[in-house]
Amino acid sequence: MHAESAVRAPLIYGNKTYHQITEDICRPIESKPTRLYLITITFTALLMTWGLFMIGWTVWFGIGTWGLNRTVDWGWDITNFVWWIGIGHAGTLISAILLLFRQKWRMAINRAAEAMTIFAVICAGLFPIFHMGRVWLIFFNLPYPNSRGPLWPNFNSPLLWDVFAISTYFTVSLLFWYTGLIPDIATVRDRAKKKFTKWIYGILSFGWTGSAKHWQRHEALSLVLAGISTPLVLSVHTIVSFDFATSVIPGWHTTIFPPYFVAGAIFSGFAMVLTLMLVARKVMNLQQYITLEHIESMNKIIVLTGSIVGSAYITELFVAWYSGNIYEQYAFANRALGPYWWAYWGMMTCNVISPQLFWVRPLRRSVWFTFFMSIIINCGMWFERFVIIVTSIHRDFIPSSWSYYSPTYVEISIFAGTVGLFLTAFMLFAKTMPVIAMAETKHILRISGDAQKKAAAAHSHSHEDLPGSIQVH
Amino acid sequence: MRNKFLVGLYSDEDKMIDGVRKMRENHLEVYDVVSPFAVHGLDDALGLNESRLHITGFIYGATGLTIALTFMSWVFTSDWPLNFGGKPHFSFPAFVPILFEFTVLSASIGMTLTFLLRSGLYPGRIREKLDERTTDDKFAVVFRIYKRTTSEEISKMKELLQSSGAEEIKERDLKRHY
Repeated sequence: MHAESAVRAPLIYGNKTYHQITEDICRPIESKPTRLYLITITFTALLMTWGLFMIGWTVWFGIGTWGLNRTVDWGWDITNFVWWIGIGHAGTLISAILLLFRQKWRMAINRAAEAMTIFAVICAGLFPIFHMGRVWLIFFNLPYPNSRGPLWPNFNSPLLWDVFAISTYFTVSLLFWYTGLIPDIATVRDRAKKKFTKWIYGILSFGWTGSAKHWQRHEALSLVLAGISTPLVLSVHTIVSFDFATSVIPGWHTTIFPPYFVAGAIFSGFAMVLTLMLVARKVMNLQQYITLEHIESMNKIIVLTGSIVGSAYITELFVAWYSGNIYEQYAFANRALGPYWWAYWGMMTCNVISPQLFWVRPLRRSVWFTFFMSIIINCGMWFERFVIIVTSIHRDFIPSSWSYYSPTYVEISIFAGTVGLFLTAFMLFAKTMPVIAMAETKHILRISGDAQKKAAAAHSHSHEDLPGSIQVH
Repeated sequence: MRNKFLVGLYSDEDKMIDGVRKMRENHLEVYDVVSPFAVHGLDDALGLNESRLHITGFIYGATGLTIALTFMSWVFTSDWPLNFGGKPHFSFPAFVPILFEFTVLSASIGMTLTFLLRSGLYPGRIREKLDERTTDDKFAVVFRIYKRTTSEEISKMKELLQSSGAEEIKERDLKRHY
């Protein structure tokens, strides 16, 4: 067992034992849903149903029900797609990259963040799929020996790269999430009292026993999946950015896009994890597992990625001026001062100025402030995608075809529907599966639990005040 | 045929690991350890060989890479060469994103399936349990009792389990292997 310095604040409070961890994390699954839960999930499910109905409406009547026009052919659909994909970046980042960096604080949030990733990617996928219009021809994207020639899809096209990137990302995230869940589902199975619950968790747990050899393979699998998910998660938003960067549109055609998109994705993903986990932690009584240390660590990543995004915005402006290309210069002047100025300044305020407030330690450690900021960042990142997509194309090369785009109620409803889908799926997950990785939390208890830390500190014969002694709220 | 097991339950993983080491020093064959989480140092104490799963991952990945490269090259140079703005038919840089994604996809699907197959895990697999608490907070050291196992050996197993801190020792007789 690795000893860890007592200077580092504990990650698990409340003198937990292994059994107590099981109890705390299984309680929300085993208890009856509260009235608040039922009301909320009914509302989100209705929102989801409305969105699905509007998707059906789109398929039936065609893309003409959306506000797109000949000039602005990518609007809310692709904005929402990129926004959701970005949100879907936090889960794998937390589980994979933080695993490789041996960041133990990931344990409390990785499971929920991975679930969030999967739901966010589902929401994201709906937009390009239904934007195709004739959705029943979706299989044209797949390389299969077909009756069209045989004419294959264009493997040189960034749009096809995206099909591969998103489907690979979804599959790998799902495998990573589910294999991690198997031992925890087995715990729920073994605690289940009712026959039906035992049966269903029995099926889902794949017959996991916890045998030493199985654990050894499980660890090997997690490590390799983490290793290959790390470049994968960076590649996904890189490839999404290629959709824009490889086209010759002023405002899109820049080499800074891949790193800027990846940083933005992590930025928005962490914001969404915070939005959901701050609520879940309170409602499910998990304050001793998701501590202020966790929140602060996430806020530090938000400062880092937010600053990268901010520098990217400013670099873009500089390069537009320095390029001497009048079209590029106009694209940026039009962003800031044109008809969509409100989106640009919304983006600048939410993404560049506000995350810098997290340099202040008390703000980083304030639950309410963090929650408020997480919403602001999510709005800011939505504006960013809208600005990039719509402001770059609404005034194209021929002034006679310049136009203004605003969404119709169909597009707004579909977006609201995906929010409903995301929240419904997350709430179902939180009620039926352990939201915190139990086995992994038990694994770090003896290293990062508060009782163990205190014992270690008492043992070290040091009477100095340790700077890491922080109280949990 | 019945499967007989002798199970010792521990609450403390350090005691359990020390116990396992001692048992193996005394030439007892520890059949398995069942634990609620991956205990570090256990593989070494049990003398388990390193898992070869990562090697299979490499093989699946390399296979995926080869398939993707061969396929895309075949499509664009021989099966249906298309002219995309005068660019070369074999445009390797443009293949890289799909090559990478397909490599990762093949490696992870292959490895996960191998993991599930090798460990005998599949949806609906029902196994009899040695003890329900091994997925909660108990660590079980398991001996298998064969026909050839002598009663001296069994008593030695029990003695070592007891002395190394097992809180509960029981014999389990399962219809099938757990």
